[in-house]
Amino acid sequence: MIEVTDLSKRFGDKVAVDHLSFTVEPGRVTGFLGPNGAGKSTTMRLILGLDHPSSGSATINGKRYAQLVNPLRTVGALLEAKSVHSGRSARNHLLFLAQTQGLPPSRVDEMLDLVGLREVARKRTGGFSLGMGQRLGVAAALLGDPEVLLLDEPVNGLDPEGVLWIRNLMKQLASVGKTVLVSSHLMNEMAVTADHLIVIGRGRLIVAASTADVIARGSGQAVRVRTPDAARLTDLILAEGGKAIPADDTNGTTGGDSAPVLTVTGVPAARIGELAASASIVLHELTPQLATLEDAFLELTSDSLEFGHLHPEPAGQSIEGTAR
Amino acid sequence: MSVTATPGQLDSAAVNAARPAGFGRLMLAEWTKIRSVRSTAWTLFLFVVITIGLTALFSWISAANWHGLHAANRDARILSDPVGFIFGAGIGLGQLTICVLGVLVITTEYSTGVIRASLLAVPKRFPMLAAKAAVFGLLMVVLAEIVAFGSFFVGSKILHSYVSVSLSGAGVLRATLGAGLYLTVLGLFALAVGALIRHTAGAISTVIGVVLILPILTGLLPDETFYNHLNAYLPQQAGSLIYAVHQSSGQLLSPWEGLGVLGIWTVVLLAAAAYLLDRRDA
Repeated sequence: MIEVTDLSKRFGDKVAVDHLSFTVEPGRVTGFLGPNGAGKSTTMRLILGLDHPSSGSATINGKRYAQLVNPLRTVGALLEAKSVHSGRSARNHLLFLAQTQGLPPSRVDEMLDLVGLREVARKRTGGFSLGMGQRLGVAAALLGDPEVLLLDEPVNGLDPEGVLWIRNLMKQLASVGKTVLVSSHLMNEMAVTADHLIVIGRGRLIVAASTADVIARGSGQAVRVRTPDAARLTDLILAEGGKAIPADDTNGTTGGDSAPVLTVTGVPAARIGELAASASIVLHELTPQLATLEDAFLELTSDSLEFGHLHPEPAGQSIEGTAR
Repeated sequence: MSVTATPGQLDSAAVNAARPAGFGRLMLAEWTKIRSVRSTAWTLFLFVVITIGLTALFSWISAANWHGLHAANRDARILSDPVGFIFGAGIGLGQLTICVLGVLVITTEYSTGVIRASLLAVPKRFPMLAAKAAVFGLLMVVLAEIVAFGSFFVGSKILHSYVSVSLSGAGVLRATLGAGLYLTVLGLFALAVGALIRHTAGAISTVIGVVLILPILTGLLPDETFYNHLNAYLPQQAGSLIYAVHQSSGQLLSPWEGLGVLGIWTVVLLAAAAYLLDRRDA
């Protein structure tokens, strides 16, 4: 378990992490989301003791990283920045790490097999492709069979096969009770990988909740309704505690249907259908508008983007389906 | 990969079977690091070739031109301190390869990012630096002593018809052993500078400035007590006294005191590096 408590980090007068608190529980994949420059990597470096916090604390199983004995046997980390000497072989890189933890050299060969680098184990890593480099990073992270894993943008630059490999690996590790924290700015990747999300922007916590909750929270599960009797339906929905706002009818999805369109929130599609039926209101269209994690993410982080011009279009315009 | 087992689950029996004790473990890891990059082999190869090669070359040129036209002064100098001459030629340039290696051992960790992997494995940073210095020091002392004795035998062999020196002569063994020790401590001095500066180019420039340029500059200062002391206590000036057999008049430090001064410089810089390593973000 990772506990971050009121953690702050300033670089000069720039605040990278701003009184951040969250908990990462074992047994599930926790996604760590935020726009570029939100402070994800810095937070991970603080958890791992590479940077010193300006205030607050981060602990792993109740201990600061520096207090861990044989830390690689408790925590495995894959950092975004390179941490391998290009002139050293993959095997020697893992070997020196194994030696610091009292692990036998046979463990190194096991890891090389696991990540499929046995053939190139004695080659200098300078000639490795991005994917091979990531595999070596994963091997280093899993070397000590740690209970806690921190992966910073692990799928960056990987081909689809590599992405799938990492995704399955993380799920598998979580399924046997490990704590997995994985940072990403790829929302859709997180939607299919993470069970739980921690979203930050400008170093501050925006939301920590289950992935499903974050998606639901984003655009509030709107339903698009087209009916000639909009006024009466609106009253019924208001009586039901929901909201109905007239929506733009620019899509022309029904081919020249001039009936008004409502965007309904707070009442599920099935209930809207029942209400309409009981009041004999004709419906031309009843479409649940499931937000994608991307919508939710953009909406959540829209005030906290590092660069103003990245400001997203208003949410709710999207009529795409769910995130698979 | 099965779904029930963790990928790469660790067999705890195998772990506990092979586990050397604490600091030895870190030294083993540092040894793996230092031996597994080409720059180590290359700089050490250059060190051996340059040091012994230049000793041989200068000794040979001197022997071939003995009693030459303008050689009287030089001949007299060689006669007064043949051991100092033998080492002076090779170590003068050979020491620079050691300075480079000492710096690289630590700065490449920063330039390649390995420092992050290293500190994740050994988050108590001081033992990591201590193990690195210990392994590099051991490697250096073995190799530098071999090179020192090699240089001595090559140089004395070539010069033997003009000047006779042997290890049994007064101060000769001390100078030869001392040459190896000087190179070792100088290497650790360079490592300390590398750990403080963390950038290869900056650290190498600094060390070479201290070893080569600073003595030249301070040599230009007026011949007064204060400046003489300043000059005598410079790391390279003080340390190199150990491989000269004869003391010059007005020499402020004995050979061992000189090596001690270089040692103190090194320990102070290593302590500062350890302190900053702990304080700074990696």
